[in-house]
Amino acid sequence: GLFVWHLRNTGARQIPCRFVHFYHVASNRLITFQYFNFLKRMYVTQCNKDLSQRAKPKSDSIVSPFHELQQLDQEKKVVHKISSVSPIHQSWSEMSSRNELREMKSAAETEDSVIPGGAESKEDRQWKEMKLRLDDLPGILARLSKIRLTALVVSTASAGFAMAPVPFELTCFMLASLGTGLASCAANSINQFFEVPFDSNMNRTKNRPLVRGQISPLLAVCFAASCGIPGIALLTLGVNPLTGALGAFNIFLYTCCYTPLKRMSIANTWVGAVVGAIPPVMGWTAATGSLDAGALLLGGILYSWQFPHFNALSWGLREDYSRGGYCMMSVTHPGLCRRVALRHCLALIGLSVVAPVLNITTWTFPIISLPINLYISYLGFRFYRDADRSSSRKLFFCSLWHLPMLLLVMFTCKKSVLEKEDKGKLHGGSNEMAVEIRLP
Amino acid sequence: PPAHSHSDWIGPPDKLSNLRPVIFYVPPEESALERRLREARQEAQASNQRFWARHNRAFRQEKEEFIYSRLKAKGLEMRDESGQKATLNAEEMADFYKDFLSKNFKKHLQYNRDWYKQNFRITFLMGQVALVRALRWLRRRKKNVEQ
Repeated sequence: GLFVWHLRNTGARQIPCRFVHFYHVASNRLITFQYFNFLKRMYVTQCNKDLSQRAKPKSDSIVSPFHELQQLDQEKKVVHKISSVSPIHQSWSEMSSRNELREMKSAAETEDSVIPGGAESKEDRQWKEMKLRLDDLPGILARLSKIRLTALVVSTASAGFAMAPVPFELTCFMLASLGTGLASCAANSINQFFEVPFDSNMNRTKNRPLVRGQISPLLAVCFAASCGIPGIALLTLGVNPLTGALGAFNIFLYTCCYTPLKRMSIANTWVGAVVGAIPPVMGWTAATGSLDAGALLLGGILYSWQFPHFNALSWGLREDYSRGGYCMMSVTHPGLCRRVALRHCLALIGLSVVAPVLNITTWTFPIISLPINLYISYLGFRFYRDADRSSSRKLFFCSLWHLPMLLLVMFTCKKSVLEKEDKGKLHGGSNEMAVEIRLP
Repeated sequence: PPAHSHSDWIGPPDKLSNLRPVIFYVPPEESALERRLREARQEAQASNQRFWARHNRAFRQEKEEFIYSRLKAKGLEMRDESGQKATLNAEEMADFYKDFLSKNFKKHLQYNRDWYKQNFRITFLMGQVALVRALRWLRRRKKNVEQ
């Protein structure tokens, strides 16, 4: 996804319903709760779909290699036919002969083949007109911009804003959230624009709008521009230039660095973690106008969180990554993958201790957050030691509730602004007195 | 797709390449620019189809061979008593995935370059076509207003 990079190649994230239940408790997160209610509905259906996908064997049948070779030779001949001459009739005939081939193939398929049931795949098998319908557009754009991921990104930015040691300003908060959301939509759309053939080949992402031809690439780019430009302008002019710059930089980092890097080197994971760390920093700078240690700490917490989250997720996707050509640690350096995940779980404990040192929270924060940090570290250790599917899943699902809980605890332990002002006055007063004494 | 349709049609994902084939509509008064766009899209579709069909086939084949060789080393048959196909678990397959990825690394780099070029070119052409059409529509409206 955009700033929370783990979503990069998956359109759908699975958040267990506990996540939603948890947000219900937080009284200051009413808006977020509404978001997540909407998210919950979608996730439950998504969960079911995904589960059912896993239960079935792969629909593309494992036909014996010889059989496939025969079919492919015929297909090859057909392909050659088009490239020689290209009048319409030829392309029509190519399509019809391809359909014939497909029918032959399905007839010849052995008992290995599984016909996926359900209305969705039936609809999937039909030919669809590539015409944009206006009533479909909102849904299509929501999926293009990975709206659920965007919502989560905006909530991490709000967390950054909330943690900043300044009095809360509603307009600034709304502008910052809106700007961040628009920037996230833009970046996600460009990401999907770049990844069409790869998304088609991976199970999780094969139902994206560009893959299904529901929207043209031109429209996707225009949408991205019409979200990104106002979003960044809003941040720069309506909030402050620093936040705008961070937003623009994050879009660049995600679309031009992380997305191509995914297919070139495992360094993409670290770049993606930075992408995920920037939104809370943006929230902080939106509130205070400056990049202080507190912003970096929040960014650091999110940076560290990305690793157990993503590394655990990627453990179950190794086959798709390998076939799709994605360079991920889970495929190429599995030991490193698990080590890094564990390392960063432990780093989260350390960062939680730094928070009161920087005067962002009281000392109750590291104490209260210790249990959840220890738990995720324990799961991280299990993942490191066992390196199997069940430990990776446990770690992944834990990371999903760990982050919101950590941020919530952080917020409740936030050092009150008034307390700080009083302390400031005291110091200011004594300084004044000192000056008075010095003057002759 | 019906003969009277004026738009492109997209089909279900191809069994081999997982890409969705598109049948392009050729309007009777297709301009040179529009023809260039259509041909670019057709060419891209064909080359992507070739690449992924070949790549996925190679993946399946090599995976089969790997499973076969590993099972043989373990002394097992491809199918057990009940006739079910024997598979290796994810940890054993990990070696194969790592190997396959590194073997195809250069191929993917080349494909990425080609794909990005194709994608930008097609999108740019789409932009040009859209612009020309918009200008034409505006000119026609101006003419109607004048009349």
